[in-house]
Amino acid sequence: MLVKQVRIWLAGAAALVALTIGGAKAEVEIEYWQYFFEARVTAMDQLIENFEAANPDIKVTMNHFPYADYRTKVAAAIPAGEGPDVVQLFYGWLNDYVAAELIQPLPSDAFPPAMVEEEFFPMVAAMRAGDSYWALPTAVRSLALFYNERLFEEAGIEGPPETLDEMIETAKMLTKVDDAGNLTQVGITAGMSAQDHHWFREVLVRQFGGEPYLDDYRTVNYNSEAGMRAAEFYTGLASEHKVTAFGFMDEPQAAFKAGRAGMHIDGSFRIGSLNKTRGLKWGVTELPANADGMRSNYSSYWVNAITTKADGEKFDAAVKFMAYVTSDEAMQIWLDVVGELPAKPSVGLTDSNSMNPVFGPFIRGLAYANTTKFANESAQRQLLIDMVQRIDLEGQSVADSIAIAAEAEQALLDEYYQ
Amino acid sequence: MYRNLSIHQKHIVWAWAFLAVPILFYVVIRFYPTANAMIISFQDWNLLGDRVWTGLENYDKLWNDPVFWKVFRNTFIYLLLGTPVSLVVSFIIAFHLDRLRFMHGFIRMLYFLPFMTSAVAMAWVWRWFYQPVPIGLFNNFLATVGIPQIPFLRSTSLALPAILAPAVWAGLGFQVIIFMAGLRAIPRSYYEAARIDGVSGWTILWEITIPLLKPTIVFIVVFSSIGFLRIFDHVYNMTTTDPGGPLNATKPLVLMIYQTAFTDFNMGYAAAQTVVLFLILLIVSLVQLRLFRDR
Repeated sequence: MLVKQVRIWLAGAAALVALTIGGAKAEVEIEYWQYFFEARVTAMDQLIENFEAANPDIKVTMNHFPYADYRTKVAAAIPAGEGPDVVQLFYGWLNDYVAAELIQPLPSDAFPPAMVEEEFFPMVAAMRAGDSYWALPTAVRSLALFYNERLFEEAGIEGPPETLDEMIETAKMLTKVDDAGNLTQVGITAGMSAQDHHWFREVLVRQFGGEPYLDDYRTVNYNSEAGMRAAEFYTGLASEHKVTAFGFMDEPQAAFKAGRAGMHIDGSFRIGSLNKTRGLKWGVTELPANADGMRSNYSSYWVNAITTKADGEKFDAAVKFMAYVTSDEAMQIWLDVVGELPAKPSVGLTDSNSMNPVFGPFIRGLAYANTTKFANESAQRQLLIDMVQRIDLEGQSVADSIAIAAEAEQALLDEYYQ
Repeated sequence: MYRNLSIHQKHIVWAWAFLAVPILFYVVIRFYPTANAMIISFQDWNLLGDRVWTGLENYDKLWNDPVFWKVFRNTFIYLLLGTPVSLVVSFIIAFHLDRLRFMHGFIRMLYFLPFMTSAVAMAWVWRWFYQPVPIGLFNNFLATVGIPQIPFLRSTSLALPAILAPAVWAGLGFQVIIFMAGLRAIPRSYYEAARIDGVSGWTILWEITIPLLKPTIVFIVVFSSIGFLRIFDHVYNMTTTDPGGPLNATKPLVLMIYQTAFTDFNMGYAAAQTVVLFLILLIVSLVQLRLFRDR
């Protein structure tokens, strides 16, 4: 009796071992890394499930890390031969990864540049190097003007402003001061430490007739007549029109969430946290145009790339996976689950998406968006924060302050691209 | 082999066996990284690519970096303002607390409480205290009594003292406790003798209390100096949107190192700054120990 039982067990175990070995032979396993953000992980789980159903011979394992550690982890793992086959990176980091030979170009037969150019929104071109692309996004982000519907109603304002001049007039109606003249509610938030440095660089400078950078973002060009007028406009919101104060309620988004700001410029990634803010009724519209009706926007994105670790059949599997995560289907899932914008007009500009009251203004903004090629985003942002503070706190002239910022940023770019 | 050793030798073997654990630990997590940091300070490394030898380039860059000199100055302002202020205040508190009988334990606990509070939480609370109207506690109060607002953290001259104040307050509890222990250790008989001789309170303070507290004072000065030279969490958490700002007015050396390493990923340059900080700490500590040495 006992012997028989043991025999059955042994046979079962042997069959199991055989199965696993057989299974492992047919299956390629690739590893995917991204930083932890709940919705992004949920969306990626769904994408992986769909992908594995369509490609039963490929298994994808996802690993995620807290954002604070992500960059260091990726940087330490890949050179050590550990880590992912497909990795998610911020577009601004890509240069460093290319230079360190940690990622490899996407094969041009699976991703022909002509096809990518035709299918994706134009700012994705920043990922191209010669005859191939280094990486491609699933989703992109852009800026728009959020406004507080309750405060608009209270001030008797019909709708959100369409132009910069209208924006100032609207902001004046939304601004409140106490008896001592201290601001208690701002018409529009301001702060270069948030998204305003993008608004200044890629939107205001262009709207005042300038070009922020030349030579593929290697030459600073905002120290010009246009740049000066853009900076005057921006700092004038506080000094001339008195519709805002830098540092009001510590952070721009905090002021908007608390219902103490009529308008607020921010990215599409803010939608989720605004939805969670109780008692806040908000709307969103495209960034205001200039007097001639010219609009601009800034777009940023996270890209997926194949690391140099992937070779042979893993590389083939990674290419297939890349093709799926950049497909129309994947982008729609990403929009529905994460709320990030599709990277292709074929998904973004469908009627239901582009006319969506929440996502629509962001998606329409993508059509005319620019993407700054940063050498070091936080350092370049710091220079604009300092530029505004020299004007705001130390009373330096706009011309002098913008000249200092431009010179410092040029030095930074020169050192990076030397 | 072990059996042939004398008892004395066996003791030594065992002592080394136990000492080996912390020594190994220190070698691996302290000395090796320290030595490595010194090597990296002569290299160019962004964490991704290869390390490239650049000789003294990082130090040369540091010498010519105006931000570094600004930060260097800030670091010493934190030290030269923070150490004496906290020393004097904590001594005064300890001196009076020592004579107090009424609710002694409770009051002592109140002074010690900030020391036990997380620096991050405390920094954020103070950050909100300092905000302009309508959310800042201090400015709201000023506004209600009709006094113009004080820009605190948004001023290049006031921001540093505004950040230093809660940092001093946070360390006070610890220093008070140490001072009180020092005061208790002074033999009562000295005071009794002085009183019989009819010496004034000031003379007792200057001739008995303070000289006998010297070892305590040395300890607190060295300890708090190192603390202020390494100040980071208060500054970083009170200025996260513009770390060390406005216009680098509050940036200490440690924050500059952190930013160079973990937002700019310029490891070589950060390591060079670390070596400089190490030298500063070393020199300041040696100078203080020498100055306070008993002759």
